[in-house]
Amino acid sequence: MGRPHPTMPLYGEAAVAERAERDARAVRRARRDAVTRSLIVKVMMTSVALVVLLLYLMPLGYSIVTSLMSKEQVNDVQAPVLPSSRVQFEYQGRNYDVMRVPIDGEMRDLALVRRGRAASTFVDPADPMAAEIEWEGAWRTLKPVYESDIRWENYPRAFRFINFAQLLRNTLMYAIITTIAATSSAAIVAYGFARFRFPFKGVLFMLLISTIILPPQATLVPQYAVFFRLGWVGTWLPLIIPTFFSNAYNVFLLRQYFLTIPTELEEAARVDGAGPIRTFVSVILPQAVPALIAVSLFHFFFAWNDFFGPLIYLAGSQDLLPISVGLFRFNGLYSSEPQLIQAASIMTMLIPLTIFFFAQRFFMQGVVITGVDK
Amino acid sequence: MDYVTEIQSSLATGRGRRKRLSRAELREARWGYAFIGLWLVGFSAFYLLPMAASLVFSFFNLDLLEPSRSSFVGLQNWRRLLFEDPRVWQGLRVTFIFAAISLPIGMFFALFLAVLLNSADLIGRNLFRTLFYAPTMVPVVAGILIWSGVLNPATGWVNQLIQWATGFEVANPQGIRWLDDARIIYLSYTMIGIWGVGNAILYNLAALQGVPSELYEAAKIDGASWFRRLRSITLPMISPVIFYNLVLSVVGLMQYFQVPYVLNGGSGYPEGTTFFYLIHFYRQSFQFLNMGYGSAIAWLLFVIALSITATLFATAKYWVYYAGERR
Repeated sequence: MGRPHPTMPLYGEAAVAERAERDARAVRRARRDAVTRSLIVKVMMTSVALVVLLLYLMPLGYSIVTSLMSKEQVNDVQAPVLPSSRVQFEYQGRNYDVMRVPIDGEMRDLALVRRGRAASTFVDPADPMAAEIEWEGAWRTLKPVYESDIRWENYPRAFRFINFAQLLRNTLMYAIITTIAATSSAAIVAYGFARFRFPFKGVLFMLLISTIILPPQATLVPQYAVFFRLGWVGTWLPLIIPTFFSNAYNVFLLRQYFLTIPTELEEAARVDGAGPIRTFVSVILPQAVPALIAVSLFHFFFAWNDFFGPLIYLAGSQDLLPISVGLFRFNGLYSSEPQLIQAASIMTMLIPLTIFFFAQRFFMQGVVITGVDK
Repeated sequence: MDYVTEIQSSLATGRGRRKRLSRAELREARWGYAFIGLWLVGFSAFYLLPMAASLVFSFFNLDLLEPSRSSFVGLQNWRRLLFEDPRVWQGLRVTFIFAAISLPIGMFFALFLAVLLNSADLIGRNLFRTLFYAPTMVPVVAGILIWSGVLNPATGWVNQLIQWATGFEVANPQGIRWLDDARIIYLSYTMIGIWGVGNAILYNLAALQGVPSELYEAAKIDGASWFRRLRSITLPMISPVIFYNLVLSVVGLMQYFQVPYVLNGGSGYPEGTTFFYLIHFYRQSFQFLNMGYGSAIAWLLFVIALSITATLFATAKYWVYYAGERR
C-alpha cells in the first residue's frame, strides 16, 4: 500500500488501513485453512490407502512369518503371532513346559513337572533346588511362556525337499527359451502389421486379435493328440514350439509401439538401399527396446506361472516339472508341514518379484500400452 | 481405445475396394505376408486346424493309445453333453455363480484402487502403486497356497484379525471355515483372486490419467459434487477400459481352473461348489482320456464364450463411450 493521499480525511485513511489489514488477515487465514484442509485430506487419503494396502499384503506377511515357524508352533493355537517356541526347562533329565502361574497375587514362570486335574506340581527354573511348588487349579487354564525362535532352516529344508534347484533350472530354461522365441516372433509379425499394406490385412488382424478371447482349451485336445502321436508328450516341446509362432497380446503391443515410431528413419534407410529386413533389424528394433523389454517381461512371467500346459504335457515326467507344478505337488506331499509350504512359496516368488522391482517402469508402461491405445 | 475399436477399424479397412495392385504395391504386399507369415503358419497350425479337428473329434469315441479302436459315434457325445451329463450343468452353474459374485467385486476393487492411486492427495503415490501391483507378480500357485494358509480357520490371520477386531470367537477350527463352508466358498475364492487385479488397476489408472482435466474444471464451476463428477465424467470417459477389463475377466472366468485344482484337486469340495466347468473338461480329457467327449466339452465352452463376448460387444454401444467415434 502506497502513502495515503494528503487530502484524504484521517478517519478514512484509518478505515482503509484497517480494512486492508482485515482483508490481508482473512486471506492469510483462508490460505492457512486451505493448507490445513488439504493436509487433512492428504493424511486421510494416505491412511486409507495404507490400511487397504496392509490388508491387501497381509497374506504375504502371514506367509513370511509362518515360513520361519517351527512345525509345533503352526499347530499351536495359543502361540503368539511371531515365530517363537515354548520355553522349556530341563529338570531331572526331562524337559518340561514353562507356564505363567498366578501365585499369591503375582505371576511366576514355573516349569510344569506333574499335571493333575485339580492341582499340579511346579518347579521354579530360577531355583530348581528349592522345594517343588504345589498349585491348586486346572493347569489347562495356564498360559505357556514363549520365547522368540526363528527357524531359518525351514528354507534350506524346503529347498531340498522340493528339489528347488531342479525346478528352478527347468523353469528358467523354459522361461528364457520361450521368452526369446515369443518376443522375436511377435516383433517380426508386428512389423508386418504395422508398416505394410497388403490384401486382407484388416481381416487377418481381426482374426489375430480374436484369438485373445478364444479359450485355449478349445484347441487343446487335437493339439495334445498330435503332440502325443509325435512322441512329444512328456517333453518340453509342446510348450516351447508354439511360442515360435507369435501370440496376439505380444503382437498387438509391439504393433502399437511400432506405429508410434516416425517413418522418416525407415525412409532414409530405404533411400540408402536397405531392404525391409535390414530396416527392421537396424532401424526399428533399436528404437523399440522399451516395448521389447515389456513383452519379454510379460512372457517371462507368463512362463514362470504357466500351470495348465506343464500339468498335462509333463504329467509323467517328474524331472522336467517347472516350479508351478512342482510347488503344487509339494503341497500335496507335505500338507502336514505348512511352514515348509510357505517357505517354498516365498522362494518361488523371489525371482519374479526382484525382476519386477528393477524393471517395473518398462513393465507397467507395457501393460498400459496393451490395455489403453495411445 | 483397445481391441474393440481395433476390431471395428480393421473391419472397416478390410472392406476396402478391391483394386488391381501396382508393382510397388505387390512388392509391399509380398513383404507384408513374409513378415506375418510366421503368425499365419502358427494360426493355421495351433488355432484353425485344431478348432476344426476338435469339432470332428467330438463325433468320435477317441482312443489315443490305440487309434484303430477309435470309432465314429455320431451325436452321442453331444447328446451326453447336452442332456445326460449332470456334471456339465453343475460345472456351468458353478462357473456362472462364481462369476456373478467375483466379477463385480474384482472390478469394483480395481476401480476403487485406481481412483485412490490416481489421487493427487495421496502421499507416496508411486510407492503405493508398486506395492499394490506386487502381489500380481506372485506366482499363482504360491499365491493360492499363501491364501489357503491365511484363510485357515484356527491359525490363519484372517480369522485372528476378525476375532481381534470384533471380539467374536472365530479363530478356531469351528470358526469361519473359509475354504470348507459351501455358503461362503465363492467369497473366499474371490479373495484369492483379488491378488490378480494388478493389470486391471493399471489399465484403469492409465484411463483416469487420460481424462481431460478441463472437464472436471467445467463441472466444478457448474457446482457438480465429487460423486456427480465421478458418475458423469470419470465413468463414461473410462468406460472403454472398464469394458476391456470386463471382457478379459469374463474370458478368464470361463477358464477358471487353477484355484480349485490346487486347493482340492478338482474334487468339487465342499459339496460340489468348486466343480467348475473346466475341471470337468480336464478330468474327462486328461484323467479319463475321453478325448472325443472332452472335445465336445471344449466346443461348448467355445460357443458359450463366443456368445457371451458377442453379447458384451453388442451391448457396448449403449454404455461404452468412445471419444474418437467418427467412424
